[in-house]
Amino acid sequence: MQLLASTLSVTRYRVQGKPAEPVMDTVRNGLKDQMIREIDNDPAQKSIGWTESARPFAPDFESAQFMFGNHLVFSLRMDKKSVPAKIVAKHVNMATAKRLADNGQSHLSKNEKRQIKDEVLHRLYTRVPATPNVYDLAWDMEAGVLWFFSNLKEANEELETLFSKSFRISLIRMFPYTEADLAAGLSDHQRDALKQSGPALFSGGGHA
Amino acid sequence: MLDVSVAYNRYKFLGHEFLTWLWYMIDTDFEALQKADPEMDALAIGNRIVLENHRHNQDETITIRGDGAGLEEGVMALTKGAKVTEMHLIFRAGELEWRFSVKGESLSISSLKTPQTAKLESAEDIEGAVLEKIYLVERVVKLVEQLYAQFAKQRFDPDWDNKVVHRIMAWIRQGPAAD
Repeated sequence: MQLLASTLSVTRYRVQGKPAEPVMDTVRNGLKDQMIREIDNDPAQKSIGWTESARPFAPDFESAQFMFGNHLVFSLRMDKKSVPAKIVAKHVNMATAKRLADNGQSHLSKNEKRQIKDEVLHRLYTRVPATPNVYDLAWDMEAGVLWFFSNLKEANEELETLFSKSFRISLIRMFPYTEADLAAGLSDHQRDALKQSGPALFSGGGHA
Repeated sequence: MLDVSVAYNRYKFLGHEFLTWLWYMIDTDFEALQKADPEMDALAIGNRIVLENHRHNQDETITIRGDGAGLEEGVMALTKGAKVTEMHLIFRAGELEWRFSVKGESLSISSLKTPQTAKLESAEDIEGAVLEKIYLVERVVKLVEQLYAQFAKQRFDPDWDNKVVHRIMAWIRQGPAAD
C-alpha cells in the first residue's frame, strides 16, 4: 500500500456534501461502477478508475475492506500506454509503402494517410502494455475531509473528475485561499479582508 | 466562491507570506506556535528552503539545501524583498519526529517522513498499520492547518500592517538566525 510507504506526498481536500443514503452502498456502487478497466491487449491508450489499495491489480470491491476506523481508504489507478514517436513513424512509413505497392498508386490522399496512421496506432497500442500508477487516498466521511497521496497535477485533476462522477459530490482543493476562506475560522470581516488582500512587503527591497 | 484556478493564482502570495511568517515565528516566538500542537517540542527549518523574489519584474529563485547548510543567503534574499516559497520542516513531539516539506502556493505536503510504524508481520497487521499511519499523517496535516489558521487570523486582522509587518521587517533588518 502506498499509504504505508516511508515517504508520502499529501494534497488536502474538503468534501462538499455526503454520498446519498445508504452511504456505504452508494460508495461501494460508485467504486464498482468506476473501477479500473484493464487495457492490455486493447487499443485504448489510457484507463483511469478506482482500485483497492491493498490489491491494486486485482480489485474486488464486493469483498474488499476499505473502511479503516473513520476513514475510507482506496486508490486511484491511472494506466497509460506510450509508443515512441519514432516507432510510430517507422510503422506508418512501412504501412504506407505497402499500401502504395499493393494498389499500384504513386501517392495517398490525406484521408488514406490518416486512416493508415489510425490503423498503425490501433495495432501498436494493442500490443503495448500499459504502465500503471496507483495513488492512495483516505476519506474521513464524518469530518468531510480527504487526503490524496500525490501532488501531481494530472493525478489530482483526474481524482476530482472521477470522484464527482462516482459519488455525485465534489472536492474542494485546499490551497491558501480556500484554506483561509473555509477552514481557518476567520470572522466575516476577516473573510472580506481576505478577498480584498494583496501582497505585503516585508522589506524595503521591493515587491516579492 | 471564486473560480478555483483564479483563486489559486490570485492568492498564492498568501502561501509565500505564510512560510516567511513561519520562519519569523520559529525564530522569535516558538511558544506561540505551540498553540498549533501543544505537544510539539520543536519545529525547525530542515534541509531545504526556497525563496523567490519577483521585484522589478525579474524573477530570482534562491534554493538552499543540505543538512549542514546555513541560511545566510536566505537572510540576504529576505532583505532584498524575497519571500519563502517552499520549506522543509522538522517537527518533534516527545520521541516522535516528522520531516516534511510545504509548498507555499498550494499548501501541499511532500517528502513526508513520519515516525516509523511497526513492521507488518501478516495480512492481519494491515488494519493496525493503516490506522497508525493515518494518525501520524494527521498530526502533520493538522499542524500545518493550525499554523496556517494562526497566520490567517493575524494576516486579516486590522493590526497586520501596523504591528506584524513592522515586526517582521525589523526581524529581517536585524538578521534572522542563519543556522
